[in-house]
Formats: sequence, C-alpha cells, structure tokens
Amino acid sequence: MRFGLIMSEVGSGLRRNFSMVVSVVLVTFISLTFVGAAILLQFQIGQMKGYWYDKAQVAVYMCTSLSTEGQCNLVEATADQKAAVKAQLESPALAPLVKNVSFQTHKQVYAQYKQQFGDTTGSDFVTPSFLPETFWVNLKDPSQADAVVESIGSLAGVEEVKDQRAYLDPIFSALNAASFTAIGIAALMLVAAVLLIATTIRLSAFSRRRELGIMRLVGASNRFIQTPFVLEGVISALVGSVLASGVIVLLVKFFVQGYLGSQAQDTPFIGLGDAFIVVPILLVVGALLAAASARVAISRYLKV
Amino acid sequence: MIRFDQVTKLYRGNARPALNSVTLEILRGEFVFLVGASGSGKSSFLRLVLKEEVPSKGQIHVLGQNLGQLTSRKVPYFRRNLGVVFQDFRLLPQKNVFDNVAFSLQVIGKSKGFIQEAVPDVLKMVGLAGKTNRLPHELSGGEQQRVAIARAIVNKPAILLADEPTGNLDPATSAGIMALLERISQSGTTVLMATHDAGIVDQMQRRVIELVGGQVVRDERQGGYQTQAVPVQAFGTKPTTTAPTVVTP
Repeated sequence: MRFGLIMSEVGSGLRRNFSMVVSVVLVTFISLTFVGAAILLQFQIGQMKGYWYDKAQVAVYMCTSLSTEGQCNLVEATADQKAAVKAQLESPALAPLVKNVSFQTHKQVYAQYKQQFGDTTGSDFVTPSFLPETFWVNLKDPSQADAVVESIGSLAGVEEVKDQRAYLDPIFSALNAASFTAIGIAALMLVAAVLLIATTIRLSAFSRRRELGIMRLVGASNRFIQTPFVLEGVISALVGSVLASGVIVLLVKFFVQGYLGSQAQDTPFIGLGDAFIVVPILLVVGALLAAASARVAISRYLKV
Repeated sequence: MIRFDQVTKLYRGNARPALNSVTLEILRGEFVFLVGASGSGKSSFLRLVLKEEVPSKGQIHVLGQNLGQLTSRKVPYFRRNLGVVFQDFRLLPQKNVFDNVAFSLQVIGKSKGFIQEAVPDVLKMVGLAGKTNRLPHELSGGEQQRVAIARAIVNKPAILLADEPTGNLDPATSAGIMALLERISQSGTTVLMATHDAGIVDQMQRRVIELVGGQVVRDERQGGYQTQAVPVQAFGTKPTTTAPTVVTP
C-alpha cells in the first residue's frame, strides 16, 4: 500500500520533470562512461605490464674494440672479463634473483641483427665486430633489475647493462596519462551530474510543494516524504549508469577485442570479463551519488 | 493540553518580538478564540504549537510533551495528534474531495480498509456525504473549508488549530462552519481558533485570549471580541502590563 503510493509518487515526479530527468540521464551516462573507460585503461595497463615485464630481460653488453662507453676503452672484452661477469651473475648475491642466463657471441648477435634489420639502409656496413657480445639475463622478478644493473655495470669489460623494461615506460606513461585525463573529465562530469540531480530534485519538490506542505502538516514521516524524491534521483541516475555500462561492454567487445585485437595480435587486450567487473562499479557509483545528492537537496528543502 | 511558559518569539531582523513572554494554559476540551490585530502574534502562536517554529525563549508543552525536547524525527508523529485548518483551505486542486481527505491518511501509513471506513464517516459528519467525487474548484468556499476540516479531524486529533477559518467566508457560511467546529469541540477535541470575526466571538461566548503586540492583554472565559468585563487571569499568568481594551457601549 505505502510502497505503491511511493512508487506512484515517483512515477508522477519523473513524468512531470521529464526534460530534467533526461538531462540527468545523459550527464550521468557520459560521466560514468568516462569513469568506466578510465578503469578499463588501468586494467589494460596492468595486463600489458604483466605480459611484457615477464618477457623483458636485462642485457649485459660486453665491450667491443670500437666502443668507449662504460668500462670500455677500444679494447675487446677478454675471456677473463666475460668469465667474471658470468661468475658475478652466479654469485650468491645475484643467483637468487636470476632465472637463467644466455650468452650470444658476435656471430649470433650479428645473425639476429641481420634477421631483424637486414633490409634497412646501412645495415651492409655493420660487421659482427660492431655488435657487442651479450649476456641475456632473465630475472625471477623483473622489478629487481636495478640490482643486476648496479653490480654488473661497474665490472671491467662491460659496455652497458640495459633493463629492457625502460623501453616500455613511455607506452605505459602515455596510457597512464590517458587514464588520468579520463578520470579528470569523469570527475568534472560527476560534479555536474550531482548538481543537476540536486536541482532536478528541488524543482520536483517545488512543483509538489502543496502536497509537501500538507504531508508535513498531517505528520507524514520525513522518510516517507523524502523517499520518492531520492528514488527519483536514483532511478534517473541508474538509467544513465545502465547506458554507460552498455557502452563499456560494447566498447570492449567491438573496439578493443574486435578492432584492436585484429590489428595487434601479439598484444594482450582486456576481455569482456574485465568489462563485467566495471559494470557493477558504475551502477553502484551512479546510484550512490544520486541518492546522496537527492537526499541532501530534499532535506534542505524540507528543513523546518 | 497546551501550556506556554514565558514564551518569547523573535524573528530574525526584527527587534520587536512576535510573542513577548506569553504564559498561558489551555485545557482539554476547551474552545478558545485567539483574537488580536494582524501582526499581534496569533499565527506565531499557532505555529509554535505545531512546532513549525521554535521559541526564542521559554518552554512549550503540548499534549504532555516538551516541544523543546522533541527531535525533528519525532515531530511528524507529534503532528498526527493535531489537526490544522487555514483561511485558504489548502486543498489539493487535482484531487477530489474523498482523495483530499484520504491523502492525509495515506501519507501517515493508514491501511486502505481504515481509509475506506474513516473518510466517508468524516465527510458525512461535515455534511459533504453527497459530494465525495467533486473537485475542490467545483465546491463553494464553505464546502471547501468543510473538506479542509474533514481532513484535519479524520485522524481524530486531540487538538484542532484553526487559523482564521472563516476569513474568506460570508457570515451565513461562517455560522455553518462555526456550528461544525462546535460539534467537534463537543466530542472532546480542544479547539484553538485565531480569528478577526467579532460577530462569531461575541455570539459563541467562549474563552477569549487577546494578543496585542505579542502580549496577552486579556484572557477571559465566556468573553466577547472586545471585553465587557474585568479581565480574568488564567492559570499562572502574570498581571498584564498593558491596560485591557475597554469598549464603551
């Protein structure tokens, strides 16, 4: 009985303020789409980090007779120096961090180089002695590469120790910047949504001020008076959240998996499972924000 | 039933109090007229009883409750014991007579069965039995006020507050409304009515409380609109400083 009465009040409120309700729906829709996109970007960053960091190695480049970098002095690294590096990698300090080590001679490096860059201009001038012999170190935990860099970098005959993760950092910082931009836009839009909901509820209350006056006079409880207005806000925000959730799911399905997935097949992309984690977040955020702002708006209106 | 102890009400931005140290008591079942010029504090008095306003100083007890200690959560439940009628009726224009009365029961959570029984009863009592499906604008002023009274008393309140209920009505219609209020009073409801209508007050010969500039200047049992006797002090009232209005016949 009371539930039916409250719902009919909600229905008439939504109908009476139709244009305001539509604007609330649109603003929450857009703001929550940005929120969802920001969360998905973070997921994507996490996924790519996990994938690439596992593959990233630490490269120890030995001196060539042409190099003056690092510890080199135009002298090819000697067998003793190479042995010292290998011993250091197998020392008790580093051994626990290292998964495995492989070594490439000049010839092997040159073969790989030819395979990758053979058809570029200038590659003909490169001879095996240009290219440094290399220890490839796979780490158990890629984030501990600094320890290897520090302890090997200063050994004699080492040109450079390079953590390959450094090549990935610009990609991740670009993705991070994109996700922070999305969060910033989302925050601004959410502020607009909250204010719009508050205004809508106040308008709705104003258009029903006669009923409100009588309700207060005859002693309808505050909760009974407020609930229809709060529900009005929550329902319109939920419609926006559902639309945003739909867009997020479609975005992942058709853009990320459909388009990006076919463009870059060796890159791991987020899946629908991630999208379905975002959906409930959007629904809850939308409903809570609407409930809070509607509640504040209506209780200020009802204050004795 | 209603007790004011040294109640002063100041509105912001106005140095002169709307009510100035008012002390009085209204007992169960009394019929009380509140008279005085516009701005003398009658409406403030009624609003204080309803806890629509809080006093700046002093204490108000209504129905055994200290209004100063009533939390805002409990105010609605307190108001269910009071009925209120206004000069401008305050009906909902898009609801018919039955729904206007039923609305006040619906919103305090009464059952459908109770409403189906109570509303026709009260409409019969106020003399609108045949007009349950009319909209307010199809009724005369007197009939609209009867709807408002029906709405105020349908929940059987202990106190009925009426703020110039006959202010918009002609004398004949007013008499009908007063007869109705008297019947309500006889059933045990305390009636407190603010009015300007000298004819009604003189004719009814009930307790009259007169306010001038926020102070009680007269509290007379079986009084008229203007005094014809030496003022009678009510329970706990200090002698008033302002001289009572004396009319020369």
